[in-house]
Amino acid sequence: MSGIQSALHPAGVQAEHIARLWDVFLWVSVVVYVVVLAFLAAALLRRRPEIVPNAVDPRVRSAVSIAASITVLTLLGLITASVFTSRSIASVPEAALQVGVYGRQWWWQVEYDDRDKSKRFSTANELTIPVGVPVTLHLQSSDVIHSFWVPNLHGKRDLIPGKRTTLTIRADKPGVYRGQCAEFCGYQHAKMALWVNAVPAVEYAQWVESSRRPSKVPSTPQERKGQQIFMSSPCPLCHTIQGTDANGKTAPDLTHFASRRSIAAGTLPNRRGFLAGWILDSQHVKPGNFMPPMVLEQGEVEPLVTYLESLR
Amino acid sequence: MIQRQVIDVSALPDHAFGSRSIMWWATMGIIAIEATVFAVAIASYFYLQGNEATWPPANTALPGIFWPTVNVAILLASLFPNQQMKKAAEGMEVRKLRVWMAIANLFALAFIVVRVFEYRHLNVSWDSNAYGSITWTLLSLHTVHLVTDFVDTVVLMVLMFTARAARDPRRFVDVAENSFYWYFVVLSWIPIYAVLYWAPRLL
Amino acid sequence: MSVEHLPYALPGDDALHAQLEKTWSPAKGPFRWFMQIDHHILGKRFIITAFVWFALGGILAALMRFQLARPENTLLSNDQYNQIFTLHGVTMMFLFAVPVMEAVAIYMIPLMTGTRALAFPRLTAYSYYMFLFGGIMIYVAFFLNMAPDTGWFTYPPLASPEFAPGKRVDVWAQLVNFTEISAIAVALEVIVAVLKQRAPGMSINRLPLYVWSMLVTSFMIVFAMPAVMLASSYLALDRLVGTHLFNPVEGGDPLLWQHLFWFFGHPEVYIIFLPALGMISSIITAFCRRQVFGYTAMVLSQVATGFIGFGLWVHHMFATGLPQSGESFFTAASMMIAIPTGVQIFCWIATIWMGRPVYKPPLVFVLGFFAIFIAGGLSGVMLASVPIDLQVHDTMFVVAHLHYVLIGGAVFPLLGALYYWYPKFTGRLMNDKLGHLSFWLAFIGFNLTFFPLHKLGLIGMPRRVYTYLEDTGWGPLNLMASIGVVILGLGMLAYFVNALVSAKKGAVATADPWNGGTLEWATLSPPAHYNFVHMPVVSGHEPLWHAPEHAPVVTGLSTTAKEVLVTRTFDAEPDHRYVYPAPTPWPFLAAVATGGMFVALLFSPWALVIGLPIASACVIAWFWPSSPQKEGKVPKEDASPGIVRKSEAPA
Repeated sequence: MSGIQSALHPAGVQAEHIARLWDVFLWVSVVVYVVVLAFLAAALLRRRPEIVPNAVDPRVRSAVSIAASITVLTLLGLITASVFTSRSIASVPEAALQVGVYGRQWWWQVEYDDRDKSKRFSTANELTIPVGVPVTLHLQSSDVIHSFWVPNLHGKRDLIPGKRTTLTIRADKPGVYRGQCAEFCGYQHAKMALWVNAVPAVEYAQWVESSRRPSKVPSTPQERKGQQIFMSSPCPLCHTIQGTDANGKTAPDLTHFASRRSIAAGTLPNRRGFLAGWILDSQHVKPGNFMPPMVLEQGEVEPLVTYLESLR
Repeated sequence: MIQRQVIDVSALPDHAFGSRSIMWWATMGIIAIEATVFAVAIASYFYLQGNEATWPPANTALPGIFWPTVNVAILLASLFPNQQMKKAAEGMEVRKLRVWMAIANLFALAFIVVRVFEYRHLNVSWDSNAYGSITWTLLSLHTVHLVTDFVDTVVLMVLMFTARAARDPRRFVDVAENSFYWYFVVLSWIPIYAVLYWAPRLL
Repeated sequence: MSVEHLPYALPGDDALHAQLEKTWSPAKGPFRWFMQIDHHILGKRFIITAFVWFALGGILAALMRFQLARPENTLLSNDQYNQIFTLHGVTMMFLFAVPVMEAVAIYMIPLMTGTRALAFPRLTAYSYYMFLFGGIMIYVAFFLNMAPDTGWFTYPPLASPEFAPGKRVDVWAQLVNFTEISAIAVALEVIVAVLKQRAPGMSINRLPLYVWSMLVTSFMIVFAMPAVMLASSYLALDRLVGTHLFNPVEGGDPLLWQHLFWFFGHPEVYIIFLPALGMISSIITAFCRRQVFGYTAMVLSQVATGFIGFGLWVHHMFATGLPQSGESFFTAASMMIAIPTGVQIFCWIATIWMGRPVYKPPLVFVLGFFAIFIAGGLSGVMLASVPIDLQVHDTMFVVAHLHYVLIGGAVFPLLGALYYWYPKFTGRLMNDKLGHLSFWLAFIGFNLTFFPLHKLGLIGMPRRVYTYLEDTGWGPLNLMASIGVVILGLGMLAYFVNALVSAKKGAVATADPWNGGTLEWATLSPPAHYNFVHMPVVSGHEPLWHAPEHAPVVTGLSTTAKEVLVTRTFDAEPDHRYVYPAPTPWPFLAAVATGGMFVALLFSPWALVIGLPIASACVIAWFWPSSPQKEGKVPKEDASPGIVRKSEAPA
């Protein structure tokens, strides 16, 4: 798992540029540090004449001037490297694929837009993108400031209420990358992660196709019972399940919930036991989040979980 | 026995006016602080303006310009008694000083009264929108300085009517620095007036 | 006690000493604590109070580190963690770093410039009480579960009424008022004291580098702090009376806050760091036995830092998505500030090269500064680069960077300087063995705590998270950091124990135990309340190294009134005399009134309407002239026999 949320393991073109720039800065810094401390050590340890004269040694004067000049030149070099990297990052071509990403306290809403309204769909805490294709993310927030950061792909960009910001990314290696909110946003800033699935184009097309479909119709009695429980509980007030009456907008869309990797914005693996625990007492898992605890009867949990886990 | 040169300072004066005195430097420091506050507040005014298509924003009336313009006149006129007050203080002429302080205070009082009308004709409330908020904030920042200096001058004037203070040169230094500060109150009003009343009309 | 052995003594000074001690004696009586205006007493109080907050802030830091020691730890809840990391930042920035630097200046500057007191002593008292009350307010709020929880930077809309109901953010806004009023007032005193009250002959190009650094710092405070006071007032208005300055729905702008905050926040870093540079110059001079190389370059570097420091604030906002051309400017400015700092480091190394280092703890702390701060400076250059910043901004990497800069750049020099000046505070020396031990514990503990955080940031760990999942792989490095903090804490503890025990049991110090060259070493340890029987006349840097027994001195200042000499701004020629006021409780009462108003403002805007007249009344009473009996008469000192009296200034 290590390396899937790391600026040092680039998997996208921008992260790659930044990682290379980082290498330059790192090695220049190491050299500067070693040289300066070596001079300090020499200054401390060198043999001295018995009487230290108060006059200034002209060689010391020129050494200081040379050191200052080298500092200026090194900094100019680093500025140039930095500005050129900024340019390369910005030169990723205009993206064909546009995705809306909304920061919410404390989850990510992901909107796949389309001119054809019926082809639009929404998901949460998971961003699926085709490999090798630039994708422009439209970042917005309607509560507080968040920051979108998937270090393997790119640096971060803030989501500021009242502003629209964009970030263009391009994943060059297929894989799963983790991102996390990087601007302090309140109680659960720590548990506001998202996954990026970078998949080959064909697979991406299949995924889009399946995501556009409404939710799976319950096929077993257990699932049907679970759906009834869902619909008669407060759940639909906040959650949407396409193809049912549930169309709440304040919480993650659950239409294809079972296909997602995790629950509660990257907090728990998406498995039955965790899901049941989350539904019954989400405040224990993620204190302060806006999902109220559900009061369910003894036999209701099982069918509800079964239904939700059928929503592939 | 050490033979050592000494500098005898006992003949030096026990007070000084202008940039020789530490009060002048303190006043200058306060002016620097307040000027920074005004500058930052004006910068935030224009920053907020940059977010709006029209200024004032839609459905907000322009602020009334009559009363603030009257106030510009009053403040500019107040420079004369203020100047006389400073001169009398520096010459340590108690009687003259008392008269000019009283006149200067009347000007300040007139300004404060007109300020009330100014507020009433801003035509926006502080809680209507960000334009209203920054307008009220900027005007109130200036009002605070105005009232502070007015109270300060009144206190010094009362002091000047006591026998003890009227003999103490340091009190004259205080009065001189106080009128120096009034210049700042007047001069800061001009840009704030321009921003609050002319920026919405011209920009 | 005899003062006739001091470098600037004249025969017969012992009698003057007794008289001056009486004239300058601090307030007496049961209420004396509330009336003191003596810069020694207030300076020491200020330092001790700042260190109390430092210790509390350090305990909070340790709690955070323990919480993060392993994944999904439950030592602290998210709510507690958010309050604690906010309070840690607020404490260290507002209640420790700036105040402690000013506190040392309150005590040391009059001693280093050869004068009898700091300018505006009653204002010093007021500043102290405001500082004290502010700290008490926020810690009381913390124990009432009301501490701010939105970070020391308190970004709206998270801090706006809609997303932060309750009083927590209001506590933050009022704390800013308390501490900034205090900081600005002291800055004014320092500016006036440095510019107008110096030993004759101490022209502006002969100021000790520490005094220069405090002068530049104070100017920075004057221009930076108003921005944050205005910002916090805006925030308080949004929260109290419903203005919309930061509300995007009504035309306000959350980014306005960030501009205002960082316009203060970035200079703040240099406000903390510059005094430390001055302390380093003092220590290196004293312990390498020679004048600092490149005095003019050092001064110009400090001034340049002061100016450039105001041009970098946007580098805290690179992730907000600003126009690219603007970004390049701020990248360049942010990197260029490394030049003046680099020049100073080179000058110090040159000084050490040409001098003869004596490895006493103060110098060792300064060497620790080099090892830590240079790393922090280099990571600062990395952060100035927009692309790198976009990756590591708001991650543990920045936490590492800022602690390398602030602990390495400010706390280590500060600990060295307090060790160095300790005889001037207490009349005794600290214990060298314990001093070295505390250094090594702090140095090792510091690096163990903060070095791993660089890596953690690069491998994706954001800052301000109360926990993390095991799968992230961040556990081992976090554990290492948490072990480090224990060692760092032990180092600090050893230092405090040393300071406390030595105050009673340390070796008694002579006037100049380190053979220092600046004027503070020409006074008793600890100095008498009046500092100098005769103000010295100086003719160069490090006057004590150049035959002070032959230097001229000032006579003719009153011995029965608290008279000080006001000098000309640049050349420090004597200009006039000025009598200082008597001790008074009014600054304390004024601070109670203003402080009470600030606390009441947590609950209602009407507090302003009621509080302002009360506070104004206190201030008027404070400035109301006291009777001449209280101030003392101003007869002239009699001529002592055996003195060649000349009135002209020395060449």
